[in-house]
Amino acid sequence: MNTASDTSPLGKRRGLTLGSRMACTIVQPLLSRVVRRIAARHPSLFARLGPHQSTDFLIDPIELPFALHLRPDPEALVFRAVPRDSAPAPGAMIRGKFMLLLELVDAQEDGDAAFFSRDLEVTGDTEAVVRLRNALDDIDGSIAEETADMFGPPGRVILTRLRRRYANTENGAITS
Amino acid sequence: MSLAELICPAGTPAALRTAVDAGADAVYCGFQDATNARNFPGLNLTPDELAEAVVYAHAKGAKVLLALNTYPPAGKTDLWRQAADTGARLGVDAFIVADMGVADYIAQTYPDIRLHLSVQAAASSPEAIRYYCESFGVKRVVLPRILTIPEIRDIRKQIPCEIETFIFGNHGLMVEGRCSLTNYLTGQSTNMDGVCSPASDVQYQRQADGTMSSELAGFTIDCFGPHEKAGYPTICKGRYTAPHRSDGYYAFEEPVSLNLSRLLPALIDAGVHAFKIEGRQRSKSYVRGVVSAFRQAVDDIRAGREANLADLVALTEGQKQTQGAFETKKWR
Repeated sequence: MNTASDTSPLGKRRGLTLGSRMACTIVQPLLSRVVRRIAARHPSLFARLGPHQSTDFLIDPIELPFALHLRPDPEALVFRAVPRDSAPAPGAMIRGKFMLLLELVDAQEDGDAAFFSRDLEVTGDTEAVVRLRNALDDIDGSIAEETADMFGPPGRVILTRLRRRYANTENGAITS
Repeated sequence: MSLAELICPAGTPAALRTAVDAGADAVYCGFQDATNARNFPGLNLTPDELAEAVVYAHAKGAKVLLALNTYPPAGKTDLWRQAADTGARLGVDAFIVADMGVADYIAQTYPDIRLHLSVQAAASSPEAIRYYCESFGVKRVVLPRILTIPEIRDIRKQIPCEIETFIFGNHGLMVEGRCSLTNYLTGQSTNMDGVCSPASDVQYQRQADGTMSSELAGFTIDCFGPHEKAGYPTICKGRYTAPHRSDGYYAFEEPVSLNLSRLLPALIDAGVHAFKIEGRQRSKSYVRGVVSAFRQAVDDIRAGREANLADLVALTEGQKQTQGAFETKKWR
């Protein structure tokens, strides 16, 4: 039996998995709410996705304890947090630091530049990723701020702090 | 002094508005089909979006240039004619063309709309440029990125039209409009299908040690070390081994972007009428950053001030920049 003080490799892995599952459970209601709201406010983004509305994207913010599974099908939207060890086989995967991914969604960073610097990693179906990028880039306004607004002043304060910390942090290539 | 118009890219309606708001004098864009050389998935405008874009740009004093700069395959010219008809109906300010048939159709059908000769036409001599001007009434030529400033000055004296040069973005040195490298590997033509290195044929593979390889149609065209800056997955910027070069080298071009910010005064003095920023495939963030920086620089130069351009290297391919042939033909 493993306990919280178990520091063996197997124990650590089990602990991480348990933590990841708990984190997924906590954030899932938020993710569902966010994606429904974005889809309702920006229906035009689905046209740019074309045949990749049914593609499974795995978005992997490297410092978070889980990945995000997105299937941008307007008829059956999926956006859920998944432990990395039980994520579905994705059609395309996008990997980078959380705030970089958020700033890319919000067109505050350039995806090609992040790719050139190796801060952003793309594998799988490249066309799907290009379509998703172009669809998101055509959205006016800020998805991050819309999301923060859903939680009132505390949401906006958290976003401001995250952005400030990101701006003050030197980005580096993915090494893990 | 020339007007030094700033010609800016837009791959989406939002990018177009961003470019206009950032100070573009004109924005160039294309439809979602093979009629333009950035026919990328999810990119470009529908006719309805172009209609709104024209209204938006004109309300803010900016022009909209429609790129119809690919070559219709034999027997398939209707798509280009229809695109020209749609653009004319929606009130675009100019067409950017490469094919002589497309140029002739527009010249005959819409003689009041300006024709600009795309870099895809690869017209680099006074004789070739004069031919397009005399035959189709071309008002502006976009020069290939292979000429020095003295050569541009010399051409300007011998042609009856305006000159537009690229000042930032892709450093395309192939004979544009005639490059068949993508076609060789993928079967799709940059010049007729409008797509160089189609995303559907691109794969990136990451190894456990952090190296990343880029593949096009199953062929590895480059492999980047864990911390090495990357470039676009185009054959012309691939790194290859050869019997005499076993270490892997850039056989055609290096992944590097053009940045002529320091040469703007010299280009104006040489008679360049318009400065073009490449990058319809890039994001609003790129458009905002690059257009704003060059807007400020051009305004400073017009006002007789020294231009102090923001550092744009973070947005360049491979995070490297060059003045290429504009500075010297010995840049490599």
